[in-house]
Amino acid sequence: MHVLVLAGGLSAERDVSLRSGRRVADALRTERPDWEVQVADVDASLLTLLGDHRPDCIVPLLHGAAGEDGALRDVLESLGIPFVGSGAAACRLAFDKPIAKELVSGAGLRTPDSVAIPQSTFRELGAASVLEAVVGRIGLPMVVKPTRGGSALGASIVHRESDLPAAMVGAFAYADSVLMEQFIAGTEVSIGVFERDGDVLALSGVEIVPEGELYDYSARYTAGTTEFFCPARLSEDQEMQAQAMALNVHVLLGLRDWSRTDLIIDSDGQPWFLEVNVAPGMTETSLYPQALSAADVSLGSVMAELTEAAAAR
Amino acid sequence: MTTGGSRLDPWVDSYAARANAMRASEIRALFAVASRPEVVSLAGGMPYVQALPVEMLTATAQRLLVERGPVALQYGSGQGDVTLREQILDVVGEVGVTAHPDDIVVTTGSQMALDLVTRVFCDPGDVVIVEAPSYVGALGVFRAFECEVIHVAMDDEGLVPQALQEALDQAAAAGKRVKLIYTIPSFHNPAGVTQGPERRAEILSIAQSAGVLLLEDDPYGLLGFEGEPPRAIRADDAEGVIYLGSFSKTIASGLRVGWAIAPHGVREKLVLASEAAVLCPSNYAQMTVSEYLATQPWREQIKTFREVYRERRDALLESLQALMPEGTTWTIPAGGFYSWLTLPEGLDATAMLPRAVANLVAYVPGTGFYVDGQGRQNLRLSYCYPEPDRIREGVRRLAAVIEGELELVETFGTSHVLNRVTGSSVPAPDLA
Repeated sequence: MHVLVLAGGLSAERDVSLRSGRRVADALRTERPDWEVQVADVDASLLTLLGDHRPDCIVPLLHGAAGEDGALRDVLESLGIPFVGSGAAACRLAFDKPIAKELVSGAGLRTPDSVAIPQSTFRELGAASVLEAVVGRIGLPMVVKPTRGGSALGASIVHRESDLPAAMVGAFAYADSVLMEQFIAGTEVSIGVFERDGDVLALSGVEIVPEGELYDYSARYTAGTTEFFCPARLSEDQEMQAQAMALNVHVLLGLRDWSRTDLIIDSDGQPWFLEVNVAPGMTETSLYPQALSAADVSLGSVMAELTEAAAAR
Repeated sequence: MTTGGSRLDPWVDSYAARANAMRASEIRALFAVASRPEVVSLAGGMPYVQALPVEMLTATAQRLLVERGPVALQYGSGQGDVTLREQILDVVGEVGVTAHPDDIVVTTGSQMALDLVTRVFCDPGDVVIVEAPSYVGALGVFRAFECEVIHVAMDDEGLVPQALQEALDQAAAAGKRVKLIYTIPSFHNPAGVTQGPERRAEILSIAQSAGVLLLEDDPYGLLGFEGEPPRAIRADDAEGVIYLGSFSKTIASGLRVGWAIAPHGVREKLVLASEAAVLCPSNYAQMTVSEYLATQPWREQIKTFREVYRERRDALLESLQALMPEGTTWTIPAGGFYSWLTLPEGLDATAMLPRAVANLVAYVPGTGFYVDGQGRQNLRLSYCYPEPDRIREGVRRLAAVIEGELELVETFGTSHVLNRVTGSSVPAPDLA
């Protein structure tokens, strides 16, 4: 089988994506030595490459826009090339945090109260009065982050109203619209989901304990700065609820093959949905590979299974 | 402290304290995007080696291996190849430096010379005085040796003598030991300015009076766009100045050949320090440079480089003049690779970088050229690598980004972001 892993791209998570791509490609080569596994960047030469040497399956490991917003997958669907992961339409729902939250909330699952506002609205209505209204509704502390994008780029936790403008500037550096979300104190947990033989399965939660308050870019990709517990230090019931939420989100948004849901377990043991990733990071410090490792499942075997299933679609 | 979880690095408690700042950086992540061809990178400092006569270099390398392979592929002297050291005297003669071949220590790029000089002179806590802003590679070395770095103001003619004197006086009054005054007098990186002859004399006089060694870094000295190359400070003091030079910009950065010219006692220690660090610089690289200098019209090639860079500098300056929003200022380099831009009041170059990269243009935020958080309103633009048309397009994109940032600042009343950026905020050396 000829497999093409797509990694890189033009998003701010390019470097993370390249590392994810190389890692998955290596795992696939080890698991299936007879496969031809290539890694390619997404640029103007991609369609020529696909035309000249059409792969049997593509593994999109692009993070951020283009990789997770469904655009590239639209192209792959148009070309009729099978790929691992969710379809374009589902990606569009998952990648946009406010939309995903609205769907999740609509299905009766807990997600922190939030407001998403584009920069133009702040400009037209005046930032101070808009922020005052948002604080009035959501309260402090709150989480401010771009509505689209990952790796916590542009995200911050705001405790004081006077810090809000700086938080907004940080978030608007990465997107034209910002999500302001109620801060839920608790345990940060990530749940990996994958499909096997028609079943949707949840891995054990990975509990994240960053050095500082925020699990930011540096904490994510500097080995040693964050402590991980897998399985998470949750009661059996809490773990089941968290897994159930990740499975529900996966099904509700129409995701396919695999996903990773990030959530908070509050002091009462209740899970709160934060966001879901359709192309989870697969670097040395990423969460999904840790969950696989804790389950004694090799990254290569899962990726090979998903690739075979996708190629057969 | 481990409490039963995993931190994914079993050596996390073993690192030296100085490694604490070595972290993944979201700014570095943005530079990964800048390496894509869609992005006009005005960030890196890669010389335009495409302007070299590749056929001649190929022939040189081949002849070297065929005729002197066993020597070229062998260990060499810690001080460096003696023939090359003699040839370096011809090169530094262009900036007025006279010396003996024994005064020269060949190094793996002048970056290694910076490391050796600091290693030999500086104990933790010793003071190194640098320009504000200063070369990021030097700051990295000074930090690695746990020096206290003190920035001294510059103006359009570089390091300000009065500010240097004040810094020395304050350090002396505080009982601090100032070991080095580090300066890039010609075509400064990143500031793009050049010290005139009188300024150089003043600075040298101050260093001499204070009894502090001057570390003169001169990688761009031969790349001036007008007139003769500026006379090096070392040309007027062989005992009080260590002169660092490099073939990275005049031949090829990939060869990694630089040098230090130092007083006798210092040079002996530099050689021993070099042997301890790397045994010897690459014989193969040194002999390639030596062969090139012996057989090729290297002065003509430097003229070619000057022409290439002058055309690019002009493209940058003309575009900046035509497109930059009011309140933006920049230096006008008379040589070298860089212009130093100051954003309109209230803007923050680090906070703006994600938006710039999303709009397919990259620069280096000014904070990377300071150890103390200065430079938020500044950025370094390099014109050495992109073609003139790309430079114009890059400036056009940058101007639009700055306009957008002004709007953001107007909306929120601040340009600062809440979270402190950690890790490096400058690109790796292989970014164009």
